[in-house]
Parts: sequence; C-alpha cells; structure tokens
Amino acid sequence: MQRADTYNDTVVRQFALMTVVWGIVGMLVGVLLAAQLLFPALNFDTAWLSYGRLRPLHTNAVIFAFGGSALFATSYYIVQRTCHTRLFAGALATFTFWGWQAIILAAAITLPLGITSGKEYAELEWPIDIAIAVVWVAYAIVFLGTLVKRKVKHIYVANWFFAAFIITVAVLHIVNSAEIPVSLWKSYSVYSGVVDAMVEWWYGHNAVGFFLTAGFLGIMYYFVPKQAGRPVYSYRLSVVHFWALISVYMWAGPHHLIYSTLPDWAQSLGMIFSLILIAPSWGGMINGIMTLSGAWHKLRTDPILKFLIVSLSFYGMSTFEGPMMSIKTVNALSHYTDWTIGHVHSGALGWVAMVTIGSLYALIPRLYGRTEMYSTRLIDIHFWTMTIGVVLYVASMWISGVMQGLMWRATNADGTLTYTFVEALKQTYPFYAVRLGGGLLVFAGMFLMAFNVWKTVTAENASTAGQPVPAPSH
Amino acid sequence: MSGFWNVWVMGLVTANLVFVAWLLYATSTGKKSDQPAGPETTGHTWDGDLKEYNNPLPRWWLNVFYASIVFALLYLALFPGFGNFKGLLAWTSSEQWAHQQADADAIVAREFAKFDGKSVAELSTDPDAMRIAKNLFAANCSACHGADAHGGKGYPNLASPNLTWGRTQDAILATISMGRQGVMPAWKAALGDTGVVQVANYVYTLSGRTAPDPQAAAAGAPQFAAICSACHGSEGQGNALLGAPNLSDDYWIYGSSLQTITETIANGRQNRMPAWGELLGSERVKLLAAYVYSLAPPPAVAN
Repeated sequence: MQRADTYNDTVVRQFALMTVVWGIVGMLVGVLLAAQLLFPALNFDTAWLSYGRLRPLHTNAVIFAFGGSALFATSYYIVQRTCHTRLFAGALATFTFWGWQAIILAAAITLPLGITSGKEYAELEWPIDIAIAVVWVAYAIVFLGTLVKRKVKHIYVANWFFAAFIITVAVLHIVNSAEIPVSLWKSYSVYSGVVDAMVEWWYGHNAVGFFLTAGFLGIMYYFVPKQAGRPVYSYRLSVVHFWALISVYMWAGPHHLIYSTLPDWAQSLGMIFSLILIAPSWGGMINGIMTLSGAWHKLRTDPILKFLIVSLSFYGMSTFEGPMMSIKTVNALSHYTDWTIGHVHSGALGWVAMVTIGSLYALIPRLYGRTEMYSTRLIDIHFWTMTIGVVLYVASMWISGVMQGLMWRATNADGTLTYTFVEALKQTYPFYAVRLGGGLLVFAGMFLMAFNVWKTVTAENASTAGQPVPAPSH
Repeated sequence: MSGFWNVWVMGLVTANLVFVAWLLYATSTGKKSDQPAGPETTGHTWDGDLKEYNNPLPRWWLNVFYASIVFALLYLALFPGFGNFKGLLAWTSSEQWAHQQADADAIVAREFAKFDGKSVAELSTDPDAMRIAKNLFAANCSACHGADAHGGKGYPNLASPNLTWGRTQDAILATISMGRQGVMPAWKAALGDTGVVQVANYVYTLSGRTAPDPQAAAAGAPQFAAICSACHGSEGQGNALLGAPNLSDDYWIYGSSLQTITETIANGRQNRMPAWGELLGSERVKLLAAYVYSLAPPPAVAN
C-alpha cells in the first residue's frame, strides 16, 4: 500500500508503457496499409485484412490507443505534480486504465470484423461507445477531483488544457455517438443527411482540436519548461491562446465539408474561423519554443528537447497549413487528395507522436526512480530516424496530393478531362513508395524506443517506490 | 434558417469574435512587446522548479491575429456566413457551379458544333470525333468497361459484335443515354436443383460445345423450350429488345463455365447500366455511342 503522501504513479506507469505498445501496434497497421496501397495483394484476399477494415483500426489505434494512453499517463502525472497532491479516487483511476485497455481491445476485434457505425474517427459501435462514455466520465472525476483538492493556489497552465480536453471530448463523443441500436452490433445515427455530416465533422475536427491539440499542449506545457529548465515564456500568452483556441476551434468543423451540400453560410463560418485559428495555435508554438530562450545550447546535447522542439515546429506548420486548406479555393484543389493525408500526418506524426515520444523519454525514467533513460544515444538515433521518416512521409504526400488535384481538374480545349483517374493513380505510385519508406523509418524508431524503455524499467536501480508529495505551495 | 436559428448563429458568431478581440486588446494594452524575457516571473512555483514569465504578446503575432479577425469580418460582409445575411456579393456555391456548368456547356457548343447533324455511324469514322470520344470514354466508362472497352465479369465487352441490348446506332444511343436494367430471374424454385443442372448443361451446348453431362443436357432441352425460350429464343439466339443475351455465341457477360451458367440460372442476375444522358448531355453521349459503334462496326461499314 502506498501512503497518501506519495504520488500515485502506478496508473501512470501502466499507461506510459501501454503508450509504447499501442504506438507499435498502430504504426504497424499504418505501415501495412501504406504497403497495401503499393501492393494491393497484401490484403491476402482476407476480409479482415482489407484496407477498408484496417484503416479505421489504424486511426483508432494511433489516436485513441497510442495518443489516448499518452494523454492519460501524462495528465495523471502532471496534475499530481502541479497540484502537489495524490491523485483523487485512486480506484477510479485504476478503472480508467483497465477500462480504456478493454475498449482498445474491443476496437481491435470489432473493426477488423467489419463492425462499424460508419462514422469516421467514431467507428466503434454503440456498446463500446457507452463504455467510452463511462470511462471518460471516470477520467473527468479523477482529473477534476485532483484539481479540486490541489495544494497549490494557482492552477498550472497544463491543467487548463487537460481539463478543457477532457470536458470537451466527453461532450463531443456523447453528442456525435447518439445512435439508435438495431442489434447488439449495429446502430444508426439519430441524425440524418447533411446534419449527420455536420455533427460528424463538428466532432471530427474538435477531436483534432481537443484530443490531438489541447491535450498535447498540456503535455508540452509541462515537459518543455521542465526539460529546458526554463520558465514558461509568457503567462499572458498562454491565457490568450488558451481561451481563443478553445472557443474558435468549435467552429472549424464545416471546413471538412467545403463545396458539399452543407449550406453556404456554414461553409463560410468553417473557413473564417479556421483562419482565425492560426494565431491561437501559434500562440502555443511560440510559448513552447520561446521557453528555450537562454537554453538553446541544450538542443545540442539533449535529444528529448530536440523531439519537443521539432514537434512544436510541426505543430506550427500544420496549424498554418490547415487554415490554408480550409480556404474554399485551396480546398477545391486539396480535398480528396493525398495532401489531406500529408497534412494529417504532419500533425499526427510530427506534432502528436513527437511530443509524446519526447515526453515519454523524460517521464519514464522518473517513474522508475531514475534520472534518465538507459541510452541517450538511442534517443538521438530515434529522433533522427523519426524526423527523416516524417519528412519523407509528409513531403511525398504533399507532392502527390497537389499533383492529383492538378491532374484531376486538368481539361483539354474540347472540354474533356486530360487525364483519367487511373493515370493520376499511376503517377502517385512512386510517392506511395516514398511514403511507405518514411512510415517504415517511423515504425523502426518505435522499436528503438521499446528497447530503450525495456532496458530502463528493468534495470537494477529502477525503483517504483512511491515518490513523496512536496509541501503545499502558493 | 428560421428566425431563431438565424439570430442564434449571428449571436454566437458576434459573441465569439468580440470575445477574442477583447481578449487580445485587454491583454496587450500598455505593454511593450519587444522587451526581452526578464528575470521576473509571475511568482508561482509548481513541482519544484516550474515557473512562468509574463512576457508581453509578440507584436507580430498580435498583428496576425487582428488581421485574421479583420479578414473574417470582410469575408462575412461579402459572402454568406452571418446567419441569413447573403453577403454584399450575393455569392452562392450553387451559382458558382451554374457558371462553371455554363462555361463547360459553351465549350461543348463550340467544340461539338462540327458534329451536328452527323449520324452515330458517320461520327464513328470521324477522327476528330473519335479523339474526343476516346477521352470521354476513358474518363466516364473505363472504370467499369475497362480502358480497352473489353469489360470484365458482369461488365459487357463493348467490342463484342453482339451486344445484349443491340449494336444498332439507336440501341447504343439509348443504352448510354437512358441506362439499362438487366434482370435474369432466379429459377431454382421453379426448376429444382436437378432441373437447374439439366438446363445449364443444355445451355452449354447452344454455343456449339459438348455438354459435360450430355444426358442432363438432353433432359434440359424441353425445360429450356418451356421456360427460357420466351426471352432467349428457341435457339438461344437472344432478344435485344428484352436485353436477353444471345446464348448461342461465344460471348458471355458472366463467364461460360458450366458452374457460372448454373449459378446464373439458379440465382438469377441483376445488372444495371447507369443513365448518362443527363450527366453528360446529348452531344457527348452521341460521341460515346459512336465510339462504341466504332469498336465493332457492322461488316458493311467496315468494308
């Protein structure tokens, strides 16, 4: 039994280690899908290995299993450290771990079986949706309860972002997953037509805005200043960009439905609020990168900082790219092309995965009573492997995406299309190969990480003894 | 939008924009933005060494922020977005589509004028027409019928001299323009399993082949005459008016094996050629018909 004056790090350790495991699983499926686009025979004529079923498995695994476990681990760790108190409702926290893992397992079984609600990024069927809601409410109770019993007067900025992320994701999930079950494994959305599409993308884009942005900004706001050993650049900036970010993100969903049957006014609002999002998004990037002022030299020797800073650079790039793609005329070119895939992975690999991996390299040794990972050299190799992989991935998809958009719209003087669809596909082929190469590099990096983590947590001096809660602070 | 939702949208848009602008103004006034990160923090400490400076908002960042809000306001003034307000330009996406459609129609009117009044057969030997038709076929038809128009299982080979719905100029035009709905009923209930195999063996012989089971084929003949000949004809020569395929030639939409024929008789087939007339317009449809016609012209034209 751990005493009340120590931190509850057991659940943090569980989630942290599973983050690595789910990262490998999710990226393995991604690599297989990338290979299938090059060599379709790789589905082995097997229904549950087919692209359509594995694609949602990949997205769910990397977003909710890998990203989700990372968010649970870091938020539980950070909220305790910055509130100077033990986690509220320890048993409930344990429940969130096992509950979340059970949900991931259910997803890994049902999605390949073709059981799906058909909503992108919300494919899981209604029994699993209910389980998610239950676990999420438990998560909210644990996190917000810890905030309430904090021994520090001011709530640290990372916790604003975590709290916003937890509350908003609950609302998004429950509203979007409102569905009418017709059997144990089939349900239909309560919304219909374009309203259903709008609800879906209101959810979908805010899943990006809150799950993949606000939550990971919370991670950034703890680990960047910790690792740099410098104060956060600007409290004022964090206030402004926090409130602007969470209010403006809510409007951005319709940019997924530009030039669709969605009414023009909604499309316009999606576009302009996406453009207004540039500055709030960049506020986070500036606050993270400027925190390094006076500590830039540390980038030379600390690969963890490299991960964190490069992740912020990708964050800045993709949060500029996204608003540009939401402009109607740009969207007319970019929509349905690989550009979208490149954009998503610039955010998901460049920002989310890199900030997660950097933070885990800082977090895991601390969870085991050590000051650093087994091998800093391996972290550095992982950093370069991953950075090159992500750049290859994103750049190849940018090029092929713009090329596809241009080829699809090219017309001859007589009004006929210049290229058939299959001609554009043929031109895309080499870029699919480059993308697979990039994906393989990222995937390989995860094994370096797994090895490094294994050596760190099984070392003789690794200790899981409870770490004492410091004195209350003002 | 009804009155309530109109006001709701306008209210929320206004509230959010005003909130963000106020937030920016309130946190940026009276402070210089170019001072370096000073030693002064907010005075709070978390987890031993976590502190915060309170640097002013970077001026360039503020300007980007304000610019995006100004752009948003201008956009809302010009384009639809602010509730039911249509915007000063009165732009709509459906009108933009209509303009582009009109432009495309103008191109067709200009480029296709020279084909006016020519028959499908005449166009099929016109190199200009065939150049355009090939592009049209590649963009619209090849996904199902293949780049070489030779089709695949369930997708007719358009180079076959004997098309199910006919190869005349009018038949091809009608097929492309209005589509076709092909239905072969399922006969398992009427014929029974044995009957299906017998008829399948008989059908197998119609194209001049020896049935795998000649006895069954002989038993199938009267059943074919009683049931199948109504559509497919007494010799299995087919009937283009009904879309009943010719069973006596060597061309098969679904395949010529005994197993496939058995499946077809037992379970029937449903097939559909979409109607392209409205989507492509009569000028383009005519060129496509000419292209299909050119793939296997009647001998008189070929000579």
